[in-house]
Amino acid sequence: MTPLQIIFIIVAVITLFAAIKVVSSRNLVHAALWLILVLFGIAVFFVILSAGFFAAAQVVIYIGAIAILMIFTIMLTRRVARDSGAQHNSNWWAAAVLSLLLFTGLSWILSRWQGFQSTAQPMLESADPLRQLGEGLVAPGGYLIPFEVASILLVAALIGAITVAWERK
Amino acid sequence: MGDPVTLIAKWFEGVLQGWGLNEDATLVVMNLIGVIVIIAFVMIIDIFLVWVERKVVARFQDRIGPNRLGPFGLIQPVADIIKLLIKENIYPKGIDRFIYNLAPLFGLFPVLLIWAVIPLSPTTIGSDINVAVLYLVATGAFISLGIIMAGWASNNKYALLGAFREVAQMISYEVPMVISLLIPVIMARSMQLSQIVQSQNIWYIVGAPLAALIFLISSIAELGRAPFDIAEGESELIAGFHIEYTGMKFGMFYAGELLHALAVGGIFSSLFLGGWRGIGAESFPIIGMFWFFIKAYFIYWVIMWVKYTFPRIRIDEMLNFNWKFLTPISLVILMVTAVLDKLMTGYPPLVYFGVMLVANLLIGWIIVVLLRRNVKVEAPKVAEPRPIARPDGAPPVPAGASSSITSQS
Repeated sequence: MTPLQIIFIIVAVITLFAAIKVVSSRNLVHAALWLILVLFGIAVFFVILSAGFFAAAQVVIYIGAIAILMIFTIMLTRRVARDSGAQHNSNWWAAAVLSLLLFTGLSWILSRWQGFQSTAQPMLESADPLRQLGEGLVAPGGYLIPFEVASILLVAALIGAITVAWERK
Repeated sequence: MGDPVTLIAKWFEGVLQGWGLNEDATLVVMNLIGVIVIIAFVMIIDIFLVWVERKVVARFQDRIGPNRLGPFGLIQPVADIIKLLIKENIYPKGIDRFIYNLAPLFGLFPVLLIWAVIPLSPTTIGSDINVAVLYLVATGAFISLGIIMAGWASNNKYALLGAFREVAQMISYEVPMVISLLIPVIMARSMQLSQIVQSQNIWYIVGAPLAALIFLISSIAELGRAPFDIAEGESELIAGFHIEYTGMKFGMFYAGELLHALAVGGIFSSLFLGGWRGIGAESFPIIGMFWFFIKAYFIYWVIMWVKYTFPRIRIDEMLNFNWKFLTPISLVILMVTAVLDKLMTGYPPLVYFGVMLVANLLIGWIIVVLLRRNVKVEAPKVAEPRPIARPDGAPPVPAGASSSITSQS
């Protein structure tokens, strides 16, 4: 095994364990912190796949903004962090069967895919993935229109949020 | 010669391969050693920073500062550390013990992560990643995470309030900071810090003085240092999020803050002051390290200068200043810089930087004009009575009551 594979296995085990803890821990703040560990594990996967930009963006957006926002909402909501009711209702077996089916289905599809067994191509030394990503996003031949549509959507959401929060005097 | 770091690394790599390690194992061992060396190096600087901080504060406040232990009190930080280590470890009631113990680590390790990407000299850099600027922003996420963990796990309302304030401040000031970080990126056409330093034949502070200023201000706010230290406003919150921490756990937060301040100095000098560039740095990389630390310490000194000169600002002033002043300005500068950069490609650097400087001065002048026009509108608001928190059912305060209170006292 290469060192990269060892790192992958360690990180995968930690990420899966943290993912289970997210849904099973009783304290909501703990669940949020476990979720941060899951998100960080995914950032490490991006690093292993030599996608540094996505790793940094994952940490900035998910841990720096979304997770902090979730912790804020949990802390500002009264007593929600100390819920002591049952953790599942009577339909748990249906959910278990469904998720098992989904898992086997996904594994079956992936195992039939040719890329599953082949080793990854080494990245070209000269290529700068960051530059290629930027050009792909804004070049006329690339994904310019989806990119601009997404930007307009985000600006609209921003203005909408301001309008909702606006206090008219 | 002139590059002992690479020399030692090369020699040690040879030794490891002489022992029969294959290439992969050598790489892993060398990387581990690199991590340990960088951490040890900056932690030793950190010990020294405690002394620098105390000595400079003392000078700003017309005192002498530590002067009993060793020459100029140089052994004082060692005594401080011994004191912190042997202090009693207090666990308050009702804390979340695991998170409480984890939080101080988050106070220090993100700062160590910052040092991994800063080029100390042409050849000495922890990890020369191509998204270094974004990585610097990402480390800030962990710092705010540690603060909120400390505040929540302490089971103390002052700690929680302090953490809320600090994190709100950090997320807000991240916006102008990131935007002003983009301006050196535009000029260098790279997010790689070594590339940014390499392309600064003229320091970027010449072409982007406003961006540099905004970066410095928002970095001070990220640090949570005065005048942005409302998170630990002693008269309101006692000590903020680290109120319940004793001994070395408090020491971790303190060391993290000091090292973060120097790291901001390092980032600033790499982005705007040419990093390790200076006389003789190209041929003797070790001199580059000297220049780098001169610049980093200068910015660190400026941060201390600001800290001990300005009074603390209120939380509403802090948020208004960020959202209504710094963020719009940084957006305007970003747009102007991007357009000018596209127009000025191909011109000699002197013309390029001259035009950039003129554009910055123009924007600065417009800002000053706008501020002067608005100050007349803002002035009467200061005299208006502020809302006062009163118990439910209490009779409303009659008009002019505030003046009677002042006359009684």
